[in-house]
Amino acid sequence: MSYPLDPNPKFQTYSSPEALVSTDWLAQNLDKPGLTIIECDEDILLFETGHIPGAIKLDWHTELNDPVTRDFLDGQAFSDLLSAKGIARTDTLVIYGDKSNWWATYAFWIIKLFGHADVRILDGGRAKWIAENRVTTTDSTNSPATSYPLVNRDDEKLRAFKEDVFQHFGKPLIDVRSPEEYSGERTHMPNYPDEGALRGGHIPSAASVPWSRSVNEDQTFKPIEELNQIYREQAGLGDASDVIAYCRIGERSSHTWFVLKYLLGIEKVRNYDGSWTEWGSAVQVPIAKGLEPGPVPVRL
Amino acid sequence: MPTYSTSAQQIISAFAEVPKSSRLELLLEYANALPALPDRYADHPELLERVEECQSPVFLFVEVFDSKVRIFLTAPLESPTTRGFASLLQLALDGGEIDDVAGFSDQFINELQLTELVSPLRIRGMHGMLARIKRQVAEKTL
Repeated sequence: MSYPLDPNPKFQTYSSPEALVSTDWLAQNLDKPGLTIIECDEDILLFETGHIPGAIKLDWHTELNDPVTRDFLDGQAFSDLLSAKGIARTDTLVIYGDKSNWWATYAFWIIKLFGHADVRILDGGRAKWIAENRVTTTDSTNSPATSYPLVNRDDEKLRAFKEDVFQHFGKPLIDVRSPEEYSGERTHMPNYPDEGALRGGHIPSAASVPWSRSVNEDQTFKPIEELNQIYREQAGLGDASDVIAYCRIGERSSHTWFVLKYLLGIEKVRNYDGSWTEWGSAVQVPIAKGLEPGPVPVRL
Repeated sequence: MPTYSTSAQQIISAFAEVPKSSRLELLLEYANALPALPDRYADHPELLERVEECQSPVFLFVEVFDSKVRIFLTAPLESPTTRGFASLLQLALDGGEIDDVAGFSDQFINELQLTELVSPLRIRGMHGMLARIKRQVAEKTL
């Protein structure tokens, strides 16, 4: 770790206290060398309306995705992107965003696919910073370009593909979407447009644990006791579990992925970003409907 | 090639004239220009129709009077992209003739050249707003 940690007592109860900072801590550490603040929002214009001083914008839609293949950017593109943004491989990155940090944790997860060591999430995200009337600016941040090294993306440990899910059957799968999406009543989030999955339902045997259960009203993460109750006692996960989380396109499940891996310390957690928009439309793929997980499928 | 009202054509030209890298800034300018609802709607949210296709709470109401259409739209400050889309439609359609609004081409949305910059979900939200405007116009001119 290249930068002092936030000694916030709540964070010390999590398995990786170094993965979080509080708004108080960040307010005291603005404009420090080696610390880069990144905003990643669902609404890609929100940054321009005002952001934390010194923060740079990361656009999940245009910057983290490959324009041609449904995939993330490759090592060269990642190196080019971070170099252009003035980020060094040794920098401490603090990421925050709107919508309870959905896209912040998504960016965190993708950056971790490239093995950047020190990445932290601002607990409570953009909403908490704004709610506390902390300073924002519309001034853009111009950091001189760096030379971020070329690192190949490693999907092996943190990311799951459709085939991995088939291999995984029998081990814990967590569906983090709303109960209506899980049951198959609808194929998209309440109040969101339908993104075109052909069928409604869930991956057979997946447990329903909506992502929102892990956050407080102010969008901060819940205390460890409550998280233990939700994920260990109710969902039956343990330190040695091998878990895959999914949602619709992988943003809400990035949030749960972060909770399971960095707050609860579960050993092997992967995010299936193909999620329901792939699974719900793919050929020769079984689904389950209703409120029950359903049996583990036997592959033909 | 559909024909557009002068105001719609001005919007299309404005987006065509700026480089891709500046189109989002332009959208933000439109977002900031979205007029507040008049009191008769601001005080009566139940009169407004929710645009279910949008990710953010967007509400609209259409008035038809003397063969002209008035468009009222509102979206939260923390959803500037949605506000921008609402503002574009409001500018393009407000004050237009009934037939022009009813026949307004959805192609307008593609002409803005925002599809590479904004996620498909958002673009669908704008289509949802336009479809609901047209439906309200149709219902009110029966």
